[in-house]
Amino acid sequence: MLVRSLRKAALAAAVFALAGCQGGVLDPKGQVGVDEKYLIIISTLLMLLVVIPVIVMTLYFAWKYREGREHEIYAPKWAHSGKIETIIWLVPVAIIVILGAITWRSTHALDPYKPLAHERDPLTVQVVSLNWKWLFIYPEQGVASVNELVLPTDVPVQFKITSESTMNSFFIPQLGSQIYSMAGMETRLNLIANEPGSYEGFSANYSGAGFSDMQFEAVATDEAGFEKWVASLKRESPALTGGRYAELAKPSENHPVEHFGRVSDGLFHGIIDKYMKNYNDWNQGPAHASPEHSTSEHAAALPGAAKPEEA
Amino acid sequence: MSLLGNLSLDAIPFHEPIIMVTLAVVGLAGVAIAVAITAYKKWGVLWHDWLTSVDHKRLGVMYIVLALIMLIRGFSDAIMMRTQLAMATSGDKGYLPPEHYDQIFTAHGVIMIMFMAMPFMIGLMNIALPLQIGARDVAFPFLNNLSFWLSVGGAVLINLSLGLGEFAKTGWLAYPPLSELSLSPGVGVDYYIWALQISGIGTLLTGVNFLVTVFKMRAPGMKLMQMPIFTWTCTWANILIVASFPILTAVLGLLTLDRYLDFHFFTNAAGGNAMMYINLFWAWGHPEVYILILPAFGIFSEVISTFTGKRLFGYKSMVWASGAISILGFIVWLHHFFTMGSSADVNAFFGIMTMIIAVPTGVKLFNWLFTMYRGRLRLTVPVLWTLGFMVTFTIGGMTGVLLAVPGADYVLHNSLFLIAHFHNTIIGGAVFGYLAGFAYWFPKAMGFHLDERLGKASFWCWQVGFYVAFMPLYVLGFLGMTRRLNHTDNPDWNIWLYIACAGAVIILVGIVLQFVQLYQAFRQREQNPDTTGDPWNGHTLEWSTASPPQFYNFAELPQVRDIDAFTDMKEQGTAYSRPASYAPIHMPKNTPSGMLIAGAITTFGFAAIWHIGWLAVAGLLASVVFFLLRAYSSDVDYYVQPDEIERTESAYLKQAGVAPLKQEAEQQVEEVPA
Amino acid sequence: MNTMTEAAYLADESNWQPDDHEHHDTGANTVFGFWIYLMTDCLLFASVFATYAVLFMNTAGGVSGRDIFELDYVAIETAALLLSSITYGFAMIGAHKQNRAATLCWLLVTFALGAVFIGMEVNEFHHLIAEGNGPSRSAFLSSFFALVGMHGLHVTAGLIWMAVMMLEVVKRGLGNQTVTRLSCLSLFWHFLDIVWVCVFTVVYLMGVL
Repeated sequence: MLVRSLRKAALAAAVFALAGCQGGVLDPKGQVGVDEKYLIIISTLLMLLVVIPVIVMTLYFAWKYREGREHEIYAPKWAHSGKIETIIWLVPVAIIVILGAITWRSTHALDPYKPLAHERDPLTVQVVSLNWKWLFIYPEQGVASVNELVLPTDVPVQFKITSESTMNSFFIPQLGSQIYSMAGMETRLNLIANEPGSYEGFSANYSGAGFSDMQFEAVATDEAGFEKWVASLKRESPALTGGRYAELAKPSENHPVEHFGRVSDGLFHGIIDKYMKNYNDWNQGPAHASPEHSTSEHAAALPGAAKPEEA
Repeated sequence: MSLLGNLSLDAIPFHEPIIMVTLAVVGLAGVAIAVAITAYKKWGVLWHDWLTSVDHKRLGVMYIVLALIMLIRGFSDAIMMRTQLAMATSGDKGYLPPEHYDQIFTAHGVIMIMFMAMPFMIGLMNIALPLQIGARDVAFPFLNNLSFWLSVGGAVLINLSLGLGEFAKTGWLAYPPLSELSLSPGVGVDYYIWALQISGIGTLLTGVNFLVTVFKMRAPGMKLMQMPIFTWTCTWANILIVASFPILTAVLGLLTLDRYLDFHFFTNAAGGNAMMYINLFWAWGHPEVYILILPAFGIFSEVISTFTGKRLFGYKSMVWASGAISILGFIVWLHHFFTMGSSADVNAFFGIMTMIIAVPTGVKLFNWLFTMYRGRLRLTVPVLWTLGFMVTFTIGGMTGVLLAVPGADYVLHNSLFLIAHFHNTIIGGAVFGYLAGFAYWFPKAMGFHLDERLGKASFWCWQVGFYVAFMPLYVLGFLGMTRRLNHTDNPDWNIWLYIACAGAVIILVGIVLQFVQLYQAFRQREQNPDTTGDPWNGHTLEWSTASPPQFYNFAELPQVRDIDAFTDMKEQGTAYSRPASYAPIHMPKNTPSGMLIAGAITTFGFAAIWHIGWLAVAGLLASVVFFLLRAYSSDVDYYVQPDEIERTESAYLKQAGVAPLKQEAEQQVEEVPA
Repeated sequence: MNTMTEAAYLADESNWQPDDHEHHDTGANTVFGFWIYLMTDCLLFASVFATYAVLFMNTAGGVSGRDIFELDYVAIETAALLLSSITYGFAMIGAHKQNRAATLCWLLVTFALGAVFIGMEVNEFHHLIAEGNGPSRSAFLSSFFALVGMHGLHVTAGLIWMAVMMLEVVKRGLGNQTVTRLSCLSLFWHFLDIVWVCVFTVVYLMGVL
């Protein structure tokens, strides 16, 4: 028993030692990830306040009151103690009250939808999960790329995320939070990269056969580098048209990085709206199906959009 | 459409050597068992005493046999996954392509939860609960038999998918839109739906049955707050079953409509909403884990209190803590998808609700601690499992609370950290509990003892294997490895994947030892009988019967005055007493109806999977006809006559070496045979 | 109690009483168990209601409730079902009075009213599907057909059960077991009535508002 608890202590130490390791959520490279790392550490330490005594007491009591130790007190009918019962309810309650307060505050502070407080305006990146690759559209720059995400450092980024068909989860562990991508819906995520480097990104929600290779490289570079990258895309890469998107939407595995120097207007909203068409028109009736709804214009921009669900 | 619907020879995966070898082995084993049964002329016994039995004790044993068989299947899946992931590193693709691997992890999850853990839990409940409350059987013995066979029906379907067609490649949650027809056109998801639906209905009926049993059939004098703690935790679990399984029925039904009749509940197109499925699924799924864990908590309580020779500390706290866990279990489901984009208020609410569950759970741990305090703990196999649980589960609980902090979950969600966490609680909590219960009640159910040495060896393999297999997964989660990957390409992960694989092998040794122990016990059953019926100096009424208990459980319903009813009787000197005379006992007759009805429903499920219209109709009609035949059969029960009871009781008391306590009873013995 | 007399007493089937605590499947247990079953059924409906509440606006450019619901028609359907609950009550009164003819007569009336309800519902569904407003058209129609259809399937099951019970009453009279079964069916039937009131309010009334 003792050996086992020692080993566990060693393992716990190893976990914390990993904080210095390369990659992963304990090696964050952006403010969101840093906050989340400390949240994990503080919560864990707080809980260890109960967990360690319980484990120690378990082993100690089992040892002390084992059979054959006749000199220990034996109280077979002792089954209630108001004092002890009050304490054993209050101690966990106290810990949970503190942890609950931390949770309430941290959940609001780390709300993925909340734009990061920063002097710079955020860069918007539209993210589409396709079977089985990622499409990143930079609406402000008018470029797009597949399986490669380039970000300027120290600029907050707002991701607007949707899916072409299956549900995925957009996740770059070293930058922090993840958010699901779902068809017909837009989810949001605000992140920032504070250090230049190349970080692994992937889908964290299983989505079928090609899921394991649904990875991308997230490259954080200084602003000049980012501008250069955008310029090179504009100069050298083809346009992402509705037709090209339909090609892209077909399932493929291990898709190579692709770049697009121009993107059809409203492509991203078209991807969402093709599932949303007349989604919520209870009060409008079928005869006058929402001419003012933005759907139509986006749909028009998406002549060749694939509709695998309806096919 | 042909007479066989979509079914054809192509459905058999001849091209998959792993599957074909497995099928061959299973086939040979089946033939070997059939030959053995024939050779020993046991078909009659098997049929009359077991398969058609409505006796809760025998059904309990059969449930556990089902659980152990499915444990082999589910663990084979586990070890294949671990070896695949240990091999498929650094760009290697391993030996299991996604096509096959994705079925394996789906099957592993479904089997371990629905066809290993659930039958194991329900089996132990069947064996112990009616005895603990001093009842002669459950409220509806025939329904109990039907429930069992429905569970078997589901298990049969999921095993059929191995050799006929495929299983779902969606993960055990079968989230749409992936599980919709457009993205999963094969029969895999249909197998999933019908296997779960059929066994789920069986479970639901069990829940209803045991609730009526507990509320209506307790021994005279037993108040609700005097029920043994295992009965209490099972009752909370049954309340959860009754309250949550209908949601599973509904959500599977809606997915069925989507896939079969082109409805649009969860599709991307036509206004469907997949989030609805995810919410409903977890509204069942989260209570489900408490259904698994609460009875295990009850087992630990019984074990600790029995082997420490003390009353359970804080009985009332235990009962209400279980109740609090049950109720809170219904308002935490959203923590399974904090990353879906709910508002901070919603996420924080569900996070805090989840943490609150840690309070009653912590209280339980302290209660077990203080039950040990000033006791005389015998370090038997069930106690080892309990101590292993208390240490292991505490860690699992801690990582669970960590995952309940939305800010932490944003980076740990769906990672191997999550996998490590729930195996930490389900293996370290539920499975350890069931294995403790298995060792604890084995002599009671079977009438002979298990080998302690092998049991301890098995425990240590499980315990060490668990840490070696799952602690690396916590690390991998922190390193950013997500679940359900088929292959990896990250050199930092490799070492941890190798260690985890080694851990799985150690657990394998533990499982093998468990079976060796069982085999050994059967071989030496004559040498190690439990003659007293009370091998552990137990507290509760099940220990006041013979081992295995008389088929009618209690010749006379016991009078209960205390939580530890049997201890009370032993202290008052009223244990083993006999009445002046026995009254006839009303008993249900064994019947093949349950098997026939469940068989017909399973046939319907199979036909639905393969779209064989006529067979589906036939199956459904047959089930109704079998049900009506049962409902209008008058040959359903009989009376055990006093002389037979007299003989059984005398034999038991003689074997137990307990002198009948009442003189008048002695005289009665002389009179009756005349 | 004298063992011999008790055995003889118990051996005579006609003496089995629901309150016989030695008896396994007593009437009281059955009715209590059936209550719990009804709770589970209630949750089944609740789940589908929740689904309807989430999806009813998702018409995908197709019809909405306002376009397809005909309150007058549904009101007649509703009246038939509500009335059938009352007539079932009369059947139960007959059963408790051991009046076989009255019981059968009222069961028959109940059955007829239930059949009218189901017939009208099938007719409504048939019309909708014929007009291209089947369940495949939109999530709203899917959830409408599922919710109303699930209730309809329950009523159909109730009708089949009722037919079986009428045969039982004819063949076996009104023994304890039969009355227990009639009581369970009674619970089931009233329960379906209550569910229908919810369906009528949530789906039809609120749909046209």
